[in-house]
Amino acid sequence: MVPKVVYEFFDELGMISYFGWRFFKEGIKPRYEFREMIRQCYYVGYKSLGLVALTAFIMGLVITIQSRPTLVEFGAEDWLPKMVSVSLVREIAPVITALICAGKVGSGMSAELGAMKVTEQIDAMDVSGTNPFKYLVVTRVFATTFMVPLLVILADAISLYGGYLGCNIRGVVSWQLYWNQVYETLSYGDVLPSIIKTFFFGYAIGVIGCFKGYYTDKGTEGVGKSANAAVVLSSVMVFIIDLIAVQIIDILNLT
Amino acid sequence: MESDKKTTLSELVNENNVQRNDLAISIKHLHKSFGNNQVLKDFNLEVKSGESVAVIGKSGSGKSVLIKCVIGLIKFEQGQIHVLGKNVSKLNSMELDVLRIKVAFLFQSNALYDSMTVRENLEFPLRRHLTETKKEEVDALVIEALTNVGLAHTIDMMPSELSGGMRKRVALARTLIMKPEIILYDEPTTGLDPITAKEISHLIVEIQKKYNTSSIIISHDLSCVKITADKVVMLINGKNYAEGKFEELSKSDDDKIKNFYI
Ligand SMILES: Nc1ncnc2c1ncn2[C@@H]1O[C@H](COP(=O)(O)OP(=O)(O)OP(=O)(O)O)[C@@H](O)[C@H]1O
Ligand SMILES: [Mg+2]
Repeated sequence: MVPKVVYEFFDELGMISYFGWRFFKEGIKPRYEFREMIRQCYYVGYKSLGLVALTAFIMGLVITIQSRPTLVEFGAEDWLPKMVSVSLVREIAPVITALICAGKVGSGMSAELGAMKVTEQIDAMDVSGTNPFKYLVVTRVFATTFMVPLLVILADAISLYGGYLGCNIRGVVSWQLYWNQVYETLSYGDVLPSIIKTFFFGYAIGVIGCFKGYYTDKGTEGVGKSANAAVVLSSVMVFIIDLIAVQIIDILNLT
Repeated sequence: MESDKKTTLSELVNENNVQRNDLAISIKHLHKSFGNNQVLKDFNLEVKSGESVAVIGKSGSGKSVLIKCVIGLIKFEQGQIHVLGKNVSKLNSMELDVLRIKVAFLFQSNALYDSMTVRENLEFPLRRHLTETKKEEVDALVIEALTNVGLAHTIDMMPSELSGGMRKRVALARTLIMKPEIILYDEPTTGLDPITAKEISHLIVEIQKKYNTSSIIISHDLSCVKITADKVVMLINGKNYAEGKFEELSKSDDDKIKNFYI
């Protein structure tokens, strides 16, 4: 016999996969909930904007400050902008942004849908002729899938600015020189794959957040539990997707 | 021989018509279980057109499950449910949507959309079915429904700003907005003080008269049942254990029935 934990794990995995598939299946059929989609996009983007900007800035600054001593040791201080920009754009900005969205947006969606489920609002939608999956889930997954990449682009820019300040705390690098070095270093092979993977981050955050809310167990206690589970699972998922993305980029020799 | 057949056929059709006109809801041999928990075992119920039937039963006896089966929110294993002549389990999702225009559901927890104002809550069911309706007409419908429950002044409030009784009324207004032929009430007075509960019960009767709706009213609240119901059905152990007028049942000698009237 298969242990119960293993069985439950695969059971849930299957259900989430089906849920993610339904997003496409129902999403392409009319009628489209444009208004609600735009509202959700605004919500996802706006809600995390400040936090993403702040953490991106700090990350850029901190990584630069921390990298300097090692480079100085090898007499390669000039390389600071190059090194920092690659690690920020390829890895740090996308992952940090996705984790923040998982914490803020994913848990919010899960709690909101969970509360709607518990208070029968989802049933009420069904009864009044609105497909709740379309109105609630498709719009939200759409919003995270397209807003997380936008937030990542913003985070890239802000963290690089943080890097610029970091370079200038101890040394002197002119604005011009810094950005010249950054542009020289970064190729499409760095930027594009790291943006593409963030669509998958966003999709995973949306699907998991909505799934956990949509299937909340009865009771208010269940709402808190699913919000919590949504954050944990989508954070882990972000790292797993990241791992897979790195392997693919490596195999395709994109960098 | 030939003409014989014809009469029987037309008789059959006629009978069918009569049945359709006379019976708003018919539930036959309904079985429903969740895993090992068998909630409904051979439940039967008929609601005639224009009639209000109350279903009473203990908490957890499956009353909510029963009316959710009626409106197709929960799938059941065995039995048949006909609503306005349509076999609910045989309908596809489009046909079910069409049927649901005529059948309204008042949820136990009101199910008002927290993120929307009262007006948007009431407009929500409308925007699906009447996409071409003009803004003024929608407004008129919303105001009419709210006036029916005496809450026209709350139109721009959020549900969280309303009291429990007001929320119940708004939920009731939302069910009325499609001018349904059938209303299913899931414990309309639970959680309200006795006076408000009585007001809601009278409101239900008023609506019943005004729109000539048929209804199933789920309740624990005997005073509500007494005011609203033409017929009472007792749901015990998943079956329609007893059936009759409120006063008839109150005189019964059966212990299980008596328990309800204490
Ligand atoms: N979605 C579900 N999954 C599993 N079991 C369920 C589900 N919905 C209801 N049940 C079970 O069905 C039984 C009847 O539930 P139901 O909600 O119909 O009770 P009720 O008669 O409406 O009670 P109350 O008066 O408290 O509302 C309960 O034992 C409940 O645990
Ligand atoms: Mg109930």
